[in-house]
Amino acid sequence: MIPAKFDYVRPSTVEEAVSALQQGGEDAKVLAGGQSLLPVLRLRLAAPSLVVDLGGLAELRQIGEDGDMIAIGAMAAHHDVMRNELVQRHVALLGQATETVADRQVRHRGTLGGALAHADPAGDLGPVALALDAEFVIAGSGGSRTVPASEFFVDYFTTAIGENEILTQVRFPKYTGWGSHYEKFNRTAQAWSMVAVAAALKIDGGTISEARVGLANMSSTPVRATGVEQALVGQAATADAVRAAAEHATEGTDAPSDADAAADYREHLARVLTGRAVLAAAG
Amino acid sequence: MAQVRVTVDGVEYADDVEPRMLLVYYLRERLGKTGTVVGCDTSNCGACTVHLNGRSVKSCSVLAVQADGGEVLTIEGLARDGELHPVQKAFNECHALQCGYCTPGMIMAAVDLLGDNPDPDEQEVREGIEGNLCRCTGYQNIVRAVQSAAKAMQPGAERPAEAPAPVAGGN
Repeated sequence: MIPAKFDYVRPSTVEEAVSALQQGGEDAKVLAGGQSLLPVLRLRLAAPSLVVDLGGLAELRQIGEDGDMIAIGAMAAHHDVMRNELVQRHVALLGQATETVADRQVRHRGTLGGALAHADPAGDLGPVALALDAEFVIAGSGGSRTVPASEFFVDYFTTAIGENEILTQVRFPKYTGWGSHYEKFNRTAQAWSMVAVAAALKIDGGTISEARVGLANMSSTPVRATGVEQALVGQAATADAVRAAAEHATEGTDAPSDADAAADYREHLARVLTGRAVLAAAG
Repeated sequence: MAQVRVTVDGVEYADDVEPRMLLVYYLRERLGKTGTVVGCDTSNCGACTVHLNGRSVKSCSVLAVQADGGEVLTIEGLARDGELHPVQKAFNECHALQCGYCTPGMIMAAVDLLGDNPDPDEQEVREGIEGNLCRCTGYQNIVRAVQSAAKAMQPGAERPAEAPAPVAGGN
């Protein structure tokens, strides 16, 4: 018995889950796939009084088309997201980044919503959601609200999800026909990124007409590299033009220094990896 | 206490467990399935890998109650009628172990990988088992074993010749 004691409920509707959270008070914790929460519980870095397991909510595992959006249930496992045809066709960048999350076992259990709600700034999926203007559907006692990605990530491990709220769905606009690439730099297999770059490009007649670039682990939240995006638009995707645009990658970042990398090294990585990601996205 | 009903290696169990009990400890300490081992307790090493509802998982990172209603396959349930699973055989034949501690998890990860990709190249094997660490660093033979098992499991693959049965009597 390694985690501290907690009470456990597995509700069968979102409403029941929200009311369980309300009753559980501030020490209640939501369990999605558990691939971040269980390690934290085992290390006793957290000791919630109540764990609300969303594993019984089958409707939160659905992935479907909703008008011009791809709607992914928060409890869809990474493995199912990256293998989904709609994701591959319309949100390829999400599939590419998801394939790099941890390892097979973790991708079988871990969920899109769980990873985004955990909001580790080194996480692979935050920069994708941010760069692709995803929308987050959050359920509370008063019903659901939708939060844009630009307002979802607040700080280290902190999002716009309120205390008694649950992330139920993440919606992505379609990027059909865009080129994309996720470039991740880490020291060992299954390690978190030191820095990673998510890039998607729309190319018309050899010229970049739209660009989306997101960075992992360059601040307390994922960062949208708008300076790079602006510098890319209107350019041909040549190595020189891309490298020049990638010089803007550190704008608006606040890179951390830790045992893996110092801030200035991360800044170097951000520029180099942005160049690689954009060139690969251009094909 | 919470109730967990789970099928493990083909046998149904119903138990009251504390919600905080990890699946690996349920398997080892309640059911005596000590073939599944605890390596790191930090989700890195994969030694505790089992299949839950047909997918490989690290059983140190799943609560027993999360397996409620599900089906678990451990290394102890792989052999059929006394015959080792082709992946087990291949690990034996290719000497894919040194100390052997990672072996149960490696084999369960490899079986899962081959279910998904029946003919992986070397790189795909290495990436497919990246969630499993061998502290003896015996990866070369592990990769060989997985590829050898893949060949043995191809439809129409020749079964290895059986050893001739001992002859009783003098005809």
